[in-house]
Amino acid sequence: MSDKLKYDVVVVGAGPAGLSAAIILAKAGVKVIVIERGKFPGAKNVMGGVFYTDCMKGIVDEFPGKAPVERHIIEQRMWILDEKSSVGFNHKNDRFNEEPYNCHTVFRARFDKWLADEAEKAGALIINNTVVREAILEDGKVVGVKTDRPQGDVYANAVIVADGVNSLLAKSLGMRQNIQKDAVAVAVKEVIGLDEKVINDRFNVKANEGVTIEMTGNFFNGEAMAFLYTNQKSVSLGVGMVIADLVKNKLNPNELIESLKKHPSVAPLIEGGETKEFLVHLIPEGGFHAVPKVAGNGVMLAGDAAMLVDSIHREGSNLAITSGKFAAETYLEAAKKGDFSEKTLSLYAEKLKDSFVLEDLKKYKGLPDMLQKNERLLKKYPKVLNDAAFELLNVNGVSKKDKEKLIWKNMKQEIGLGNMVKDMLKIWRNVI
Amino acid sequence: MHALVFIKQVPDASQVRVNYETGTLIREGVPAILNPFEAHAVEEAVKLREKFGGKVSVITMGPPQATQALKECLAMGADKAFLLSDRAFAGSDTLATSYALYEGARKIIELEGEVDLYFAGKQAIDGDTAQTGPGIATRFDIPLVTYLTKMDEVNFEKKYAVATRLTELGHETVQVPIPAFFTVEESLNELSHAPLPWLIKAAQTEIIMLSSENVELDRNQCGLKHSPTMVKKAFTPEKRQRGETLTGSLDELIKETAGHLASFVK
Amino acid sequence: MLDITKKDPEISNYKDVWVYVEQTDGVPQPVSFELLTKARELAAQIDGKVAAVSIGKNVAHLADEAFKFGADKFYIIEDEIFADYRTEPYREALSELVVKYKPEIFLIGATTQGRDLSGTVATELRTGLTADTTKQDIDPETKFLLMTRPTFGGSLMATIYCPKHRPQMSTVRPGVFSAVPVESPVAGEIIREKTDITEEKIVKKILKKVVSNESSVNLSFYEVIVAGGKGMGSKDNFKMIQDLADLLGGTWAGSRKAVELGYVPQSRQVGQTGQTVHPKLYIACGISGAIQHVVGMQTSDTIISINTDKDAPIFDVSTYCIVEDALKFVPKLIEQLKSQKLAEVTNER
Ligand SMILES: Cc1cc2nc3c(=O)[nH]c(=O)nc-3n(C[C@H](O)[C@H](O)[C@H](O)COP(=O)(O)OP(=O)(O)OC[C@H]3O[C@@H](n4cnc5c(N)ncnc54)[C@H](O)[C@@H]3O)c2cc1C
Ligand SMILES: Cc1cc2nc3c(=O)[nH]c(=O)nc-3n(C[C@H](O)[C@H](O)[C@H](O)COP(=O)(O)OP(=O)(O)OC[C@H]3O[C@@H](n4cnc5c(N)ncnc54)[C@H](O)[C@@H]3O)c2cc1C
Ligand SMILES: Nc1ncnc2c1ncn2[C@@H]1O[C@H](COP(=O)(O)O)[C@@H](O)[C@H]1O
Repeated sequence: MSDKLKYDVVVVGAGPAGLSAAIILAKAGVKVIVIERGKFPGAKNVMGGVFYTDCMKGIVDEFPGKAPVERHIIEQRMWILDEKSSVGFNHKNDRFNEEPYNCHTVFRARFDKWLADEAEKAGALIINNTVVREAILEDGKVVGVKTDRPQGDVYANAVIVADGVNSLLAKSLGMRQNIQKDAVAVAVKEVIGLDEKVINDRFNVKANEGVTIEMTGNFFNGEAMAFLYTNQKSVSLGVGMVIADLVKNKLNPNELIESLKKHPSVAPLIEGGETKEFLVHLIPEGGFHAVPKVAGNGVMLAGDAAMLVDSIHREGSNLAITSGKFAAETYLEAAKKGDFSEKTLSLYAEKLKDSFVLEDLKKYKGLPDMLQKNERLLKKYPKVLNDAAFELLNVNGVSKKDKEKLIWKNMKQEIGLGNMVKDMLKIWRNVI
Repeated sequence: MHALVFIKQVPDASQVRVNYETGTLIREGVPAILNPFEAHAVEEAVKLREKFGGKVSVITMGPPQATQALKECLAMGADKAFLLSDRAFAGSDTLATSYALYEGARKIIELEGEVDLYFAGKQAIDGDTAQTGPGIATRFDIPLVTYLTKMDEVNFEKKYAVATRLTELGHETVQVPIPAFFTVEESLNELSHAPLPWLIKAAQTEIIMLSSENVELDRNQCGLKHSPTMVKKAFTPEKRQRGETLTGSLDELIKETAGHLASFVK
Repeated sequence: MLDITKKDPEISNYKDVWVYVEQTDGVPQPVSFELLTKARELAAQIDGKVAAVSIGKNVAHLADEAFKFGADKFYIIEDEIFADYRTEPYREALSELVVKYKPEIFLIGATTQGRDLSGTVATELRTGLTADTTKQDIDPETKFLLMTRPTFGGSLMATIYCPKHRPQMSTVRPGVFSAVPVESPVAGEIIREKTDITEEKIVKKILKKVVSNESSVNLSFYEVIVAGGKGMGSKDNFKMIQDLADLLGGTWAGSRKAVELGYVPQSRQVGQTGQTVHPKLYIACGISGAIQHVVGMQTSDTIISINTDKDAPIFDVSTYCIVEDALKFVPKLIEQLKSQKLAEVTNER
């Protein structure tokens, strides 16, 4: 057999986490190989589509530059859906029209490919169509990976595991458990093609400006988050539900999106559109408590592989990028010492702790649990809220004062005063 | 051994959809793929190289994006990849395409040495003409073996190949001197999983660019203007409508279906 | 190789409509007569004659057949070396013939042989070739041949013409036109040509010829195709597909998934990477109707589909949609057809 393949670092997975790590490393002159399962980076990667600019600092400074981005977001809407209605909150701000734009919608198939090109330009080697099967261990240290290819073993000082939410590698290393049904959501997403002009009109924006809508509520019959984002010539519509809820409510994600498409608040926005793509993916939703040990001997976990997703703010790709960057920086430190043991690499965990990544996740750490345990929040409140809004806004000869009384009565009946106080407190503790 | 494979990047036909209102194809966002037949052509060439030594070159004529397909071939084990790209070729029909590829191939011979075996796909899934391969073979005036299903033997010393091809009524085995030209069926071989070092080598292999700058070309045989065939119009065929859904009990369904089939029963 | 300088560049000197009469061991391909029928119509519009051309070892008997379908002339080259079809000598002979007699239009069946031959002949003649067409018209104004063909697996049709080069060449799918004999056939002129190609000059040798074994099935020969997909569940269950096909005088086929699962040999795969078929009747059992499958069969005259999923896309192209379990339906259907047949036979007595 020929000489064994040896690099400084093996990065597993060419998603945002892996590629940002590769870029930082390659720029620093480190010999890095990125191994990607897909036909090309991004081939099968999915996200709703909002990508935050800030995290690209130090990775690709001139962002978006030539990056394939769709629209920059100037308005965000949040809706709570009941059967036939929605109550919402929206924020539109011309300050979002200032460059650098805060965030853009993107298509991952194009975005990841572009980022991979940047990594190649920086000097990283990207190998597609190759699945990493397991880590190679020597004396309890990760010293490389085995791929599904003949002569497919690759050795390295350290392995950065960025293979996404399902991370087989983290699991095989015992750093993560099997996916917990209540910590992961299944999301389906459709890209629905519409005329650029139609989008501008329907969402009341100018060219290149975009809108996001986040949706939740009892409409979904379980803990679901849905979204609708505007792209240049399409909208991305998606919905995700925690697996445990899907099972419990005997739902399948297809049904969820089909009924969402028919919801009277959503249907007019996508009318006349043609579904161009249909995608399914998992989202880690376990929050802070689901984050595993992120560093071991010769190994670090980044991005979704480390369950770094802030599902409240649908942030994931930026946490992935930032964690990838930290992992790379940690490697550079370790390389100075020539020591890639867990002790040295645990600097990576420190970096995450000290940054917004874990700060944010920590802040909402009780939320998933709370939502899970308190069905009221998802089932009763949306209905009560929607009913209240209707009552208040529907002019029908009843005085406003009487209406308020009616609303209160309804709330007390549906939820109960004591419960309402308890819930408020809980939300206060978990979110604020 | 030197094998040269003609490959084409095509839109994934399964994802091309029709806009019945405008009568055009929606190609936007449709991924480009390596024409499926060529994967088998490259596979065969690489297998032969593994057995006999030598090298495998691949060439495509197309826009710069076609590098993607060339890279795929490199990752399958091809050694050299050439992109023949020039505005002069835009709009070429099969006659003009086979001319350009013939000149491109001659350049490759000049750079890399004589070619023993030429391969192309049976047909491209976008155009489905199946004429480009025969066209190139004719220009070289070398034996043509279409619909190749088995490469039985290649003898480089005595310079011949024995190959099996499909015919209308079955198949036949022919012997031809080499160099010879083969257009291949999918059933020729099973695609294998290339070793990792090949992929690494492929990622580091530069695509060699060919154009009217470095290939001698008769411009009077290139591109739209010098293609004998012209497209008068393109239109979408009438959409087939969903027909009648038969209803009733299983027995009723059977009776009705049998009725529709009665005239066919022999 | 043909000396292209011998070819007449003046396009107005090209007349007549030629049809290549393809044969194997003297047995003609039906598509040749379909094309002769069509050629009569085209020739009338360009004031030309219809000529049939045949090359082979013993093909003189084809002259009468050609005249029956309306040929005015029959060009023939007979020689031992043409006993089996081989691209190179056929290419040379045919190209020489074209250079000498200058047809304006030249039609060839889009069969395995026709496709092999036409591309090489067109290249020799440096003229345009429109492959695999399904429609032929004469432009009333310019008198150019308008050739329409499907591309992108049938999702787009393109009409192509060849204004400045002659002959205007085209291969035509079998089964598109019907073969209709003329009412009172007249024996036309037979023009015999010789060839100076000798066996020594031909480099390709045929070592073995195998006729119609399983490794290659030409589905387009059949008027009825019964196809099964993954929904058939097992190789054993394909027995009923075969039985139904037999009963209907057709052949059987499958989807790619059925091929991958080993239910059907690859040689019987219908679709984008299999064969494209246009039978009178196509029965799809347990096939979902993925676009790659549909492009291979959507031009069938009648399509009957049996699928448990009422929303299966195959129904969108079907004439009759049957939402049923094929494993129950097909055996019962076979029974029914058999009993009908029995009844008929008994009645006849
Ligand atoms: C429906 C949906 C909507 C979302 N919306 C947003 C949003 O709007 N904004 C946002 O910021 N985030 C969003 N996210 C989250 C975001 O997509 C992820 O957090 C982010 O992609 C994580 O990046 P990553 O690099 O860690 O993993 P991934 O992007 O999943 O990349 C992992 C890569 O590893 C490869 N891989 C996997 N296994 C192997 C293996 N064994 N060998 C080799 N390669 C392997 C994969 O092919 C993939 O390319 C959304 C997610 C979903 C599912
Ligand atoms: C590049 C490329 C080329 C391809 N080329 C081809 C090609 O040439 N030909 C081809 O066919 N495919 C081709 N495919 C594959 C194609 O995409 C589909 O995967 C394939 O056609 C599906 O086969 P199927 O319908 O048998 O299986 P499935 O899609 O799995 O469908 C099975 C169907 O059977 C139904 N069913 C299940 N049980 C029963 C029952 N008891 N009774 C009745 N119905 C039942 C189900 O409802 C379902 O609709 C190609 C794909 C690619 C990517
Ligand atoms: N532009 C091209 N570049 C390289 N090879 C080609 C090109 N076009 C066609 N071919 C080859 O010719 C075969 C038949 O193509 P077609 O005649 O278009 O059906 C393909 O499968 C390819 O192998």
